[in-house]
Amino acid sequence: MGQGLSDRALAWLFVGPTILLLLAFNIFPLIWTLWLSFTNFRANRPGADVLWVGLGNYSRVLNDEAIWENMRATAHFLSCSITLQLLLGFGLALMLNRRFRSHSFWSTAILLPMMLAPAVVGTFWKYFFEPQYGIFNYIVNFFGSPGTFTMLGDTKLSPWAIVLVDTWMWTPYVMLLLLAGLRSIPPYLYEAAEIDRASEWTKFWRITLPMVMPFIILAVLFRLIENFKMFDLVDQLTNGGPGSVTELASIKLKREAFEKWRTGYSSALAIILFVAIYGLSLVTVRFLDRVKQR
Amino acid sequence: MKWLNTRSTFAAAMLAALGLASGAAQAQNKQLTLCWAAWDPANALVELSKDFTAQTGVQMKYEFVPWPNFAQRMLNELNSKGKLCDLLIGDSQWIGSAAAEGHYIKLNEFFDKNSIKMSDFMPATVEGYSTWPKGTQNYWALPAMGDAVAFTYRKDWFARPDLQAEFKAKYNRELAPPKTWDELKQIGQFFQNRTLDGKKVYGAAIYTERGSEGITMGVTNTMYAYGMEYQNPKKPYDMKGFINGPEAVAGLKFYKELFDCCTPPGHSNAYMTEDLDSYKSGQVAMQMNFIAFFPGIAKDPNVGGEKTGFFTMPKGKIAAAQLGGQGISVVKYSDKKDLALEYIKWFAQPSVQQKWWDAGGFSCHNAVLSKPGFEKSTSYAPVFLDSMKIVKDFWQEPSYAQLLLAMQKRTHDYVVAGKGTPQEALDGLLKDWTEVFKEDGKIKP
Repeated sequence: MGQGLSDRALAWLFVGPTILLLLAFNIFPLIWTLWLSFTNFRANRPGADVLWVGLGNYSRVLNDEAIWENMRATAHFLSCSITLQLLLGFGLALMLNRRFRSHSFWSTAILLPMMLAPAVVGTFWKYFFEPQYGIFNYIVNFFGSPGTFTMLGDTKLSPWAIVLVDTWMWTPYVMLLLLAGLRSIPPYLYEAAEIDRASEWTKFWRITLPMVMPFIILAVLFRLIENFKMFDLVDQLTNGGPGSVTELASIKLKREAFEKWRTGYSSALAIILFVAIYGLSLVTVRFLDRVKQR
Repeated sequence: MKWLNTRSTFAAAMLAALGLASGAAQAQNKQLTLCWAAWDPANALVELSKDFTAQTGVQMKYEFVPWPNFAQRMLNELNSKGKLCDLLIGDSQWIGSAAAEGHYIKLNEFFDKNSIKMSDFMPATVEGYSTWPKGTQNYWALPAMGDAVAFTYRKDWFARPDLQAEFKAKYNRELAPPKTWDELKQIGQFFQNRTLDGKKVYGAAIYTERGSEGITMGVTNTMYAYGMEYQNPKKPYDMKGFINGPEAVAGLKFYKELFDCCTPPGHSNAYMTEDLDSYKSGQVAMQMNFIAFFPGIAKDPNVGGEKTGFFTMPKGKIAAAQLGGQGISVVKYSDKKDLALEYIKWFAQPSVQQKWWDAGGFSCHNAVLSKPGFEKSTSYAPVFLDSMKIVKDFWQEPSYAQLLLAMQKRTHDYVVAGKGTPQEALDGLLKDWTEVFKEDGKIKP
């Protein structure tokens, strides 16, 4: 019988393929993008000379007025959609945390939107928002009558249209996370509060909210990362319009990289976006750690 | 014996397999893939190409991509040196980049060898679809599908005596296809929000799409008509005072007025399909669209036949229409270039070009266009001929995609989103385009 593999060799055998894949599909593209961001490379002109432009692309991105408009649109989308999803998701989670008739049916029904593909959601909401035959306009007119209005063609309404659709789609996801948080609260805490004759508000403020807080921060973290790179839903729904009022950073990035083929410039933009989302995530994770330590 | 039988059976099976394999390989070699946009003319070409297969035994395979994704899909294919397409019917604006980057093969020698003369084709289409650099005789495509932007109108609505009388009382002229942009706007206003047969209707469906090329293909029509030039005709790439000059500003301002006064609600991201939908569903009195769609409209059960008429782009200071259409090219990365050239040789024949027109394609061949009776051959033939005499095209530079996207943004921001003034929009566009040409080394920094 030959001697078997050592524990260390066996460990490398198992971990090796994963590390190789990680290097090939995550680390290498990141380093490659970083390198490209310092050049004038254009993917549609492979034969052209590639020149080192230093921080030129970064300077151009940061001084581009249009990019700051895209960042403002992204910030509006992020802050409004995440706030709404948290409020509604928490409300739904509190509701579903109480047992009632047809509880299972409603739990599943509420989850349906997040099971759909974002591009599909964007497409059918586009029809819902259609001013002449869309069901959304019909319902709004049924309850009040603002007359003909165009959710997607109006510069004031369209940023809210994308927030609304994203909230419709992803509130169930936030609800699911928060429901897990609510179910993890030990019942004896509420029993002790009952003995102390604590009011419902006190129980919520002193027990429920602090205990669920790590899950809330997790939900914020996940939605932050997801919505920062949101593309397909908004692309289908508004295509960045009208004008550029819903042109999120991700849509701008795609246009620069794969329509204008400014590969070096778009690589710099991608790195800046990466740093921004990394920074935001880091702050959120630190906050999460602090909450957990309390 | 049994052993012999087994061996014979095995040998026969091997031979059959080899035969099948070589047959399949031969069939593969005798097959061409043609790439184009997915629309009515493409279906007509499928029918027409059956004759080519019958004559040569070459099977035709097609890759048709919907218009909104066509440019990106095909340009990605070319940039990645893909072998998907042997033949490509590519948009006129791609010719600069396709020639400069070497994606298409140059056809001059082939044309000379096979006595294909570019003088046999309508000059505007040769200039628009085949040549690069412009003004030279370097040919990269054979004009395949002539096209321009024009209008359809509801002839039956225009003919109603009650509307005729009301219009005459209001504007002191007949309700007839407009000859000028001001007249078109008046007609649009006349129909806007009017109730006809119990249904609310609107003035005109025009191009306003943001994502690909829609609003540019629309707004350039009024900008050309008001006298806009992309650059100084005497000094290439000198754009100041031309693309942002008073004529261009007036044209852009007019297009916004048209958008504000006369389009259906929610018409803020409309291109070919959306305009067709608006028109075919009886929502609008007039529709801006490429002439390539007119055969389908003429046959439409709801609005076709006597209900629809066609007119060329109205005049401003000058008469001008945005060029559409495409030339057919051989992709350099194809392994079947000779076979692809055979197809072009077949397609260039006058008899095939006549069949192409009869099938619903828009031939650019003079033999077809100058044939007696051509103008009366269909209800839209005169509009096609007249439009092709006044066409102008967008930049066809290798950086056309960047130039186009900048125009899409600047004009959509102003026309649809109402941001700033037309002068600010075009000053911004001048800045964007100057940056692109500086990057290309065509303007010295």
